[in-house]
Amino acid sequence: MHIRNRRLIFGASMVLCTAAAGAATPDAAHIAAAGNGRGAPPCASCHGVAGDGQAAAGFPRLAHLDAGYLQRQLDNFADGSRANATMAPIAKSLTAAERQALAAYYAGMPLPAATQPPVADSGSDRARGEQLATRGRWSQQVPGCVQCHGPQGVGVGAHFPPLAGQSALYIANQLRAWRSGTRRNDPLGLMQHVASALDDADIRAVSTWFAAQPAGGKGGKP
Amino acid sequence: MKPAPRIALIALAMVIVPWAARSSGQASRTTAAPAATKPAAAALPAFTPPPDSAIPDDPFGALVREGRDIFLDTPGHAKPYVGNGLSCSNCHLDAGRRANSAPMWAAYVRYPRYRAKNGKVNTFADRLRGCFQFSMNGKAPAADSDVIRALTAYSYWLATGAPTGKNLAGYGYPKEGFTSPLPPSYARGQQVYASHCALCHGTNGEGQQVAGKFVFPPLWGPQSFNWGAGMGNIDNAAAFIKANMPFSRGDTLTDQDAWDVAMFMDAHERPQDPRFKDSVAATRKQHHDSKWSLYGTEVNGRLVGTGTPPRGR
Ligand code: HEC
Ligand code: HEC
Ligand code: HEC
Ligand code: HEC
Repeated sequence: MHIRNRRLIFGASMVLCTAAAGAATPDAAHIAAAGNGRGAPPCASCHGVAGDGQAAAGFPRLAHLDAGYLQRQLDNFADGSRANATMAPIAKSLTAAERQALAAYYAGMPLPAATQPPVADSGSDRARGEQLATRGRWSQQVPGCVQCHGPQGVGVGAHFPPLAGQSALYIANQLRAWRSGTRRNDPLGLMQHVASALDDADIRAVSTWFAAQPAGGKGGKP
Repeated sequence: MKPAPRIALIALAMVIVPWAARSSGQASRTTAAPAATKPAAAALPAFTPPPDSAIPDDPFGALVREGRDIFLDTPGHAKPYVGNGLSCSNCHLDAGRRANSAPMWAAYVRYPRYRAKNGKVNTFADRLRGCFQFSMNGKAPAADSDVIRALTAYSYWLATGAPTGKNLAGYGYPKEGFTSPLPPSYARGQQVYASHCALCHGTNGEGQQVAGKFVFPPLWGPQSFNWGAGMGNIDNAAAFIKANMPFSRGDTLTDQDAWDVAMFMDAHERPQDPRFKDSVAATRKQHHDSKWSLYGTEVNGRLVGTGTPPRGR
């Protein structure tokens, strides 16, 4: 199902790309729609034409995230401090200027109109997720996630990305990546510490809870 | 007006500069043995407050919940008494539950007690009112007001089953035996601030907001605690920071880093002490005559304690 989806987006991007041709380089819109011709595939084929990602596949929403944050992630995929088999080769095939331009391009995209419908979960999972999200688990010195990620997880500034409305699979993948040490680009080791305190049931509950929050409900930027 | 404190500070600076020069090249990430910071803790009775789920569903429980809500979002629930962007829980973590951040369950059983700050025996309500006046830079609610009743009910409930009249393990900020290896240094503190605090509290200590509400509270400036607050004393601030900051990574800074960054923070301007009378020098003499207050002294050639301009409210 997602292959079909991808091909469709790819078709759409060929059209976009012609419109964008001729603009100054690096042309982020062009790369997003058609790739850079040096190994980077079209970002839109996975992250969507509107930058809203594909929740079920674990491809994150990029639209409206902070430019500084996005650029740092692309740099970190390239330098290996955030290891990922899909994104590492893509980031490496982009120049530093292209990474910067793409970060600004996605940061400037509006919030996608509607987020995916909340994933159904059991009542006890919801309570567990909400407790972790809002109050944390101080016996392990873990604050509520919203104390750093903002109310309902809308994100704060350049260092604390939004979780609200983000793909549940993606959120869970990141928490596991920190736990296993494949992602270790977080400032002051903050997320490595948080993730190390969570078990699989915690991760499932809290990821689902955030995925169901309205993205940018309170204006994701300070 | 200020000769005495100025001389004192210049003398202090003379001490600090050579120390700073000496230590600038050394790695400072060694962790002190935890036992060294809290020698008395083992002797004090341990206590765990009940979980929120145990708050009863009756009129008493309703007042407890109201107290908890005020504690977590003070500007939102006690606006007339708040003159800055802070909430009680910013300095008393996990809604006043966390040990070593002056938790309310331990505080409740310590009152009434004598306080040198105002020279009289304070009830728990007096203590709460003081926090509004200084830490919240606001107006003290009347002792029989709804706000004080709710906060008292919440604290009393947190202390369910605790012995009274005893210091419990984790009370206050852990100051006992916690000393600065070298005299605290502004210059070193500035470096610690940049590497370990600015991420959240902002380059200028201004905090960070989302939709007009602070997510990361301001450490100085017009929206922070005023010059009369306990956090303005370096010893309180150092103990709080050592145990609780960087947020979620308490007890990872060295003792030295905690003292240095506390001094750096407390050398910045904030709202005037509401007890201010006549001059900064006279106010220092009356209320800040302590080596842990920089109020009325000079730091880097600037008189500290002149206050921030009144906030347009
Ligand atoms: C083949 C699918 C695919 C393509 C094409 C793709 N991405 Fe990704 N992208 C992913 C996946 C999967 C992740 C999540 C990686 C992980 O779990 O760490 C990701 C993550 C990211 C992130 C991190 C977001 C965050 O919140 O931290 C950024 C930024 C990003 N991609 C940018 C791009 C850009 C720019 C392009 C185009 C040059 C692109 N991606 C192309 C699959 C793709
Ligand atoms: C002490 C502050 C803090 C707390 C508490 C915190 N986070 Fe984070 N989180 C961060 C920072 C900082 C980053 C950005 C890391 C980076 O720059 O690579 C982050 C990033 C993330 C990301 C990656 C988002 C993306 O787009 O790639 C996820 C997922 C996440 N956090 C989930 C959580 C969850 C779930 C909790 C609660 C259980 C939580 N965080 C609590 C500080 C925090
Ligand atoms: C800017 C930080 C800050 C804020 C905000 C703050 N306090 Fe405090 N509070 C302190 C400090 C510092 C102490 C003294 C701790 C010590 O002596 O170890 C203290 C002590 C207390 C004590 C006495 C603790 C004891 O064990 O004796 C109580 C009770 C208290 N605060 C209640 C409150 C309430 C209620 C609020 C909100 C209305 C509040 N505080 C807001 C910093 C703060
Ligand atoms: C990851 C983000 C983060 C970092 C890094 C951090 N803080 Fe905090 N700090 C917070 C949060 C959040 C609170 C409020 C805690 C709460 O409400 O639960 C806070 C509260 C405080 C307070 C009491 C409230 C106030 O405004 O006065 C002080 C003092 C403080 N921090 C100092 C520091 C110092 C010094 C450092 C560096 C050593 C530091 N913090 C690093 C997030 C952070």
